[in-house]
Amino acid sequence: MTTMPTVETVTSGTAQPQLERPAKVVARGVNVYYGDKQALKDVSLDIDARSVTSFIGPSGCGKSTFLRCINRMNDTIASCRVSGRIEIDSQDIYDPALDVVQLRARVGMVFQKPNPFPKSIFENVAYGPRIHGLARTKAELEEAVISSLQKAGLFEEVKDRLDEPGTGLSGGQQQRLCIARAIAVAPEVILMDEPCSALDPIATAKVEELIDELRENYTIIIVTHSMQQAARVSQRTAFFHLGVLVEDGLTDSIFTNPKDRRTLDYITGRFG
Amino acid sequence: MMFWLFVSVFVAAVVCVGLGRNRALAVVNGEFSRLHSLPSYHGGWLAMTCAGPALALLVLWSLLAPRVERALVFDWYADRLSGLGPAQLEGLWRDIRAGGGARGLHDALLADAVRSYADLHAAGMAVLAVLLAVVAVLGFLYGWRRIAPAFRARHRVEGAVKVFLVACAGFAILITIGIVFSLIAESLRFFTYVSPIDFLFGLSWTPQQMAFRADQVGGEAAFGFVPLIVGTLLITAIAIAVAAPIGLLSAIYLSDYASKPVRAIGKPVLEVLAGIPTVVYGFFAALTVAPAIRDAGMSLTLDVSSESALAAGVVMGIMIVPFVSSLSDDVINAVPQSLRDGSLAMGATKSETIRKVVLPAALPGIVSSLILAISRAIGETMIVVMAAGLAANLTLNPLEAVTTVTVQIGTLLTGDQEFDSPKTLSAFALGLALFVITLTLNLIALRVVKRYREQYE
Ligand SMILES: Nc1ncnc2c1ncn2[C@@H]1O[C@H](COP(=O)(O)OP(=O)(O)O)[C@@H](O)[C@H]1O
Ligand SMILES: [Mg+2]
Repeated sequence: MTTMPTVETVTSGTAQPQLERPAKVVARGVNVYYGDKQALKDVSLDIDARSVTSFIGPSGCGKSTFLRCINRMNDTIASCRVSGRIEIDSQDIYDPALDVVQLRARVGMVFQKPNPFPKSIFENVAYGPRIHGLARTKAELEEAVISSLQKAGLFEEVKDRLDEPGTGLSGGQQQRLCIARAIAVAPEVILMDEPCSALDPIATAKVEELIDELRENYTIIIVTHSMQQAARVSQRTAFFHLGVLVEDGLTDSIFTNPKDRRTLDYITGRFG
Repeated sequence: MMFWLFVSVFVAAVVCVGLGRNRALAVVNGEFSRLHSLPSYHGGWLAMTCAGPALALLVLWSLLAPRVERALVFDWYADRLSGLGPAQLEGLWRDIRAGGGARGLHDALLADAVRSYADLHAAGMAVLAVLLAVVAVLGFLYGWRRIAPAFRARHRVEGAVKVFLVACAGFAILITIGIVFSLIAESLRFFTYVSPIDFLFGLSWTPQQMAFRADQVGGEAAFGFVPLIVGTLLITAIAIAVAAPIGLLSAIYLSDYASKPVRAIGKPVLEVLAGIPTVVYGFFAALTVAPAIRDAGMSLTLDVSSESALAAGVVMGIMIVPFVSSLSDDVINAVPQSLRDGSLAMGATKSETIRKVVLPAALPGIVSSLILAISRAIGETMIVVMAAGLAANLTLNPLEAVTTVTVQIGTLLTGDQEFDSPKTLSAFALGLALFVITLTLNLIALRVVKRYREQYE
C-alpha cells in the first residue's frame, strides 16, 4: 500500500499538470468479446490513484464491460473473452498466477441496483471480512463493521438496528450499505457501475458526497449516464463510444473543450 | 338422446355467434365504429341468450328426470313391489333401465315395468325437446331484438364469463367440501364403535382379527393408530434423508454449475422421474432394492426381513427426488443474479457464494419444496405395499417390516366388506387423520412460500 498523502495531492476540478500522474490502474490494448461480438476495441487508459475517474458514453458503448475487466467480473460470463493488458500497481491482473479472490479483495465493486444480501445489516458488512479472514476475533469484526459503516456515512442511521435485514433499508441506504460492504475489506480501488441510477435526487446527493470523501483513500472509478454527475464528482473523465475509448482527460477540459467531435456531440446532447 | 340434445344446443350456440355478429354489423350498415361493442361480443351475447337457458334446462332435466321417472314407475307398481328392500329396489331399477337386465324379460313384473319405463322416458324426451326448442327460440328472439348500436354486449358477455367461472370454481370447492364432510361423517360413525382415544393412542393395529361378515367368527380386534403413523413417519424420514441431499445438490448443480445445454437436458430428464408410475417404483423396490438390502444385511450378519422400511424408504426417496430438485431449482434460480454478482465481486468463490448467499436466500423455498415432498411421500401407497409389507409392527428399526396409513386404507377397502363394520369405517378415520396431517404440511409450505415471495417482490 502506498503511504497516505499528507497534503491533498488531487484537487477537484482544477487544472493539474498532466505529468507524473500516479497511475493506479493501467490498461493497454484491451479488447473484449462476447462470443463473436467485440464489445471493446483496443482500449488504453491510465487511471489515477486516489481520485475519481468517470466513464461516460451512450448506453451499450462498453463502459460496464471495461469496468468489469478491472476486477475480472467478466470471468463469470461464459461467453466473454478479454485480451490486452491491465495492471494495478504494475501487476498484471490477468496473470494466470494471480488469484482472483485476492484481486477482488483489492478491487471492490458497487452495482447499479443496490444488492444487499438478505441478511442483517451487520452480516452484510461482515461478509467480506469473514470470507477473507480479516478479523480474528469478534471484537475485531465488530470494529471493522462499525468503521466501514462510519466511512460509508451510514452508521448514525443504522446503529440501533444492526440486526435488522439490510433489505429493509431505503434505496439510498441500501446503496451506502453496499459501499460499506465493499470498503470493509479495505480495497484500493472501488468500481461503481451507475451507483445512483436507481436512487432519488436526495439519496444521489448523499452518495455523491460520500464518493467525494472516499476519494481521499481510494481510487474510484464510476460509470455514470449523467454528465452533471461526472462533472460533480470526478477529476478525470473518459468518454466511450461504440466500444472505443474516444477521449479521456481532466473532467473540466472534457466538458469545456473536448478534442473529439463525437465527445462534443455527446456532451451537447446530440446523441445518447 | 340426451347426448344429441346437448350437441344441438352447442351447435345452436355456434350458429348464434355468427348470426349475432352479422346482425350487429347489419344494424350499423357495416360502420364498425358506431357499435359500442365489437361485433363478436354481439355474437357471444346472442349465443348466450339462445343457448344459456336451454343448457340450464338440459342440465336440470338430466339431474331431476331420473328421480321423477323412478318415483313414477315404482308408484305405478307399488302394490306389486311391496316387500322389497332398498337394495332389491335399487337392483330392480337398474334392470328396468337396462331394458330387462340379467333377469331377462321372463319376470312379468319386470316386463311390464320395462315397457312403462320406456314409454315414460320417450314421452319425457319429446317434452324436453319441445321445451328446449321453445326456450331457445324465445331466447334467440330476445337476444336478437336487443342488438343495437348502443347495446353494451361486451358488459353482458363479461358478466356471463364471470358467472361461468364462479360456477366452475364453486363446483370444485363444493366437491372438496363434500369429500371432507363425508370423511368426517364416516369417521364419526367409526368413533361410535371405537373411542377416539383408543384410536389415536392405541399401540396395536389388528383389524383383521375382526369378523368380515356376520357369518364369521371374530377375534380380538384393535384399532390403534400409533403403529401406522410411526411406520409412515419412519418411511417418510428415510425417504427425505435420501431425497433432500440428492435433490438439493442436483438442484444446485443444475442452477449454478451446469452449462446451458446440460441444464436443458438434465432438468427434463430429472422431471421424467416424477412421471414414472409409482407401481413401477414399487416393483423396483420389491424385486431389486429389498433383496439387495437383505443380502447386504446378511453379509453384515444383520437380521433383515425381506420386506423392510429401509427398502421402501429408499425407493420412495428416489421417487420424490424430482419434487425436491425441480422446486428447489426454481427457487434457487429465482435468487437474483445481482446477489451472486455482489458476492463474487467481494472475492467469494462460487461455492462460498452458494453456501452463504444463495442458499440462505432460497431457504424458505427449499423448505417448502421439502414439505411438499414429504406430504407426497406420506400419501404414497404402492411402493410401501410392495416393499415394506403389511405387518403393523411398532418399531423404529428400519430393517423390519412396517406398514403405513395409506397401505392399511388400501387393504381395508379391497375385497369383501360390509359398509357399516368398524373395520371398513376405520379406513375413513385413517383417511381423515392422513388428510389432517398432509393439509397441515401443505399449509405450512404455503406460508413459507408466501413469506419467501414477499422478500423479492
Ligand atoms: N453478458 C453479455 N453477453 C453478451 N453481450 C453483452 C453482455 N454484456 C454486455 N454485452 C454487450 O456488450 C456491449 C457493451 O455493453 P455494456 O458494457 O453493458 O455497455 P454500457 O455499460 O456502456 O451500457 C453491448 O453491446 C452489450 O450488448
Ligand atoms: Mg452499463
